[in-house]
Amino acid sequence: MADAQSSSSTAGPLATAKSRWWAAGGVAALVVLWLIFAVWPDWLVAILGRKKVFVNALLNGVTLGALYFLVASGFTLIFGLMRNVNLAHGSLYLFGAYLGYEVSRITGSWLLAFPIAFLAMAALGTLLQIFVFRRLDGQDLQQTLITIGISVVLADIMLWIWGGSFYQILAPDWLSGPVETFIPSSVSRRTGELIYIKYPAVRLFILVCAVIIGVGMWYILNRSKLGMLIRAGVDDREMLAASGVRIQLIFVSIFAFGAGLAGVAGVVGGTFQSIAPGEDTRFLLSSLVVVIVGGMGSIPGAALGAILIGCAEQFGSVYAPTYSVVLTFVIMVAVLAFRPQGLLGRA
Amino acid sequence: MADVSEAAAPLGRFDLTRIPAHIWVIVVLLLLVPTFTSGFVQFQIFGWAFILGMISLSLMILAGYGGMVSLVQMTAAAAAGYAVAIFGASAVAEISFAWPWPVAVILAIAISVLVCVISGALAIRTEGIYTIMITLAIGSAFFYFTRQNYTVFNGFTGFNGVQPPQVFGVTWNDPTPFYYLTLACAALSYFFAVYLARTPFGLALQGVRDNPRRMAAMGYNVNAHRLAAYAVAGVISGVAGVLLVWSTGQISPNTAAIGPIIDILVITVIGGINRPIGPFVGALIYVVLRTYSLDVLTALGLDGERFKLLIGMAFLLIVYFSPDGMCGIWDRYITRLWRDPKREGADG
Repeated sequence: MADAQSSSSTAGPLATAKSRWWAAGGVAALVVLWLIFAVWPDWLVAILGRKKVFVNALLNGVTLGALYFLVASGFTLIFGLMRNVNLAHGSLYLFGAYLGYEVSRITGSWLLAFPIAFLAMAALGTLLQIFVFRRLDGQDLQQTLITIGISVVLADIMLWIWGGSFYQILAPDWLSGPVETFIPSSVSRRTGELIYIKYPAVRLFILVCAVIIGVGMWYILNRSKLGMLIRAGVDDREMLAASGVRIQLIFVSIFAFGAGLAGVAGVVGGTFQSIAPGEDTRFLLSSLVVVIVGGMGSIPGAALGAILIGCAEQFGSVYAPTYSVVLTFVIMVAVLAFRPQGLLGRA
Repeated sequence: MADVSEAAAPLGRFDLTRIPAHIWVIVVLLLLVPTFTSGFVQFQIFGWAFILGMISLSLMILAGYGGMVSLVQMTAAAAAGYAVAIFGASAVAEISFAWPWPVAVILAIAISVLVCVISGALAIRTEGIYTIMITLAIGSAFFYFTRQNYTVFNGFTGFNGVQPPQVFGVTWNDPTPFYYLTLACAALSYFFAVYLARTPFGLALQGVRDNPRRMAAMGYNVNAHRLAAYAVAGVISGVAGVLLVWSTGQISPNTAAIGPIIDILVITVIGGINRPIGPFVGALIYVVLRTYSLDVLTALGLDGERFKLLIGMAFLLIVYFSPDGMCGIWDRYITRLWRDPKREGADG
């Protein structure tokens, strides 16, 4: 309560603080852009090592962030609208991945794996919403415990069916192999031409898809009638229900959509990483950290948090292998210490 | 969460005659366990259950009295275990300092308290359900860090060959001495938890759980009470961590992996999350199920490896039908059994 009052006090100092943040962000963005597109001078190579390593870590971080975003955005959407904490979200991810693997193995079609994983996980999410969350409405702890139990059971059932071995979903031919990007790595000594960095096509494809999904979600939430209803539900669900909107229908469809996104993310993760027991908790934890950093319930926050965490992991594993986890942790601690509601979260 | 109503009873003088008969039976039975059981049962069943029960008890104090479901207790216990291995003696001589055991134990408990308080300080900045998520993230960060770090935590393999000290000429990890050691620690922490609920601090903590804003308005420092609860819980999980590393002789990142972290929550909830006896009941059920899961599962016609499925289903059923765990089921059974048909209706 006290926070809300202080933030709405006077506009003057708040506006300058905001513009200061924008300026800092702009400078940081310019520096990063320069680091990406300039050919590095020798002194910079002496400090940071070869540019190729840096750019690869950055691209890996951003694509990993795209994957984290796909998992975390469903989680944060469900929390934002319904205040439901679904700790079985990681299980939905892994289940989607296994299903996608089976579909692409049987039909030989990678693209077909996406709608099937989406629909199957959306169906499972619908069941969860109707049988768990709706019946235990408002009982946060009960819901959390039940979803932990469900994730334990699901993890063991998946271990039962698919065993402990590693699987990978094969990307189709038209996406296999690297493509040349427009990012220069160095100048060729012989010809004086710029050498461009090559990067796996499938990862770039996934990055583009994640951006499209993210922008699409933002657009629907902020510009469409459905989004208007959802945002109204976030702010005051009793009032929305009282004005005649069938709120349970919105709830169940948002839950199904978020769960389906986790399934899609599973197929994506199964393509450029691997599918194995334990991935469910790994992705549950990463989405927890992403939404804690980005702000619970905020889609742009999930995007920002996902990119931050993805880059922190990748840069950490390149430049400080033993401490990469600590870097992620430090980001989370810093956010909690200075902005407990998350970077883009509302107080 | 149900209220701890018996906790509101005044802090009376300790009176042996007020203790009901069935408590005496349980006490005598527990003291006599080594006379009629094998070393395996004393060490692997009871010893382990007491240790897991103590770790769960520290969660129960936070969750039941303070309303903070902290998943960092297993991590705190593991940190204490690591401290015993690092400051005391272990088979990894190039890392271990081999200091005398009292120093190592005191440092271990201090480190457990530190882990709890730091996690608590981060978690209490947010409310309610965030605690579970933040502490889970902290616990997993500890797990991944210990797995990657070789200079202090010896990476994936961790430490082995950690021996309990020879005090009074007793080898403390022999089954019977270890049974009494863990029993004593568990009993002490249990009675401490019971006592804590009736102290002014415990009552204030329960007030903070039920209505933090009103407590703040009455002049209580809400966050200080929460942090102090984390510190108290850290002491108990620290002692449990020391016992844990003494019992198995080894500590590795897997001691506090995500699975064991969740297990502590499962144990506490199965037993009953809002009274001190719950964690020990839950731990005993868990350990018995885990040890004899092969027999139980084959009896149910399932594969012997499906232990997690069994415990997960038990957990789900209990959370769904009896939020106060096995203790709640027991209470309802007892009240039904003892209900006097003539007086029914009068009590309402």
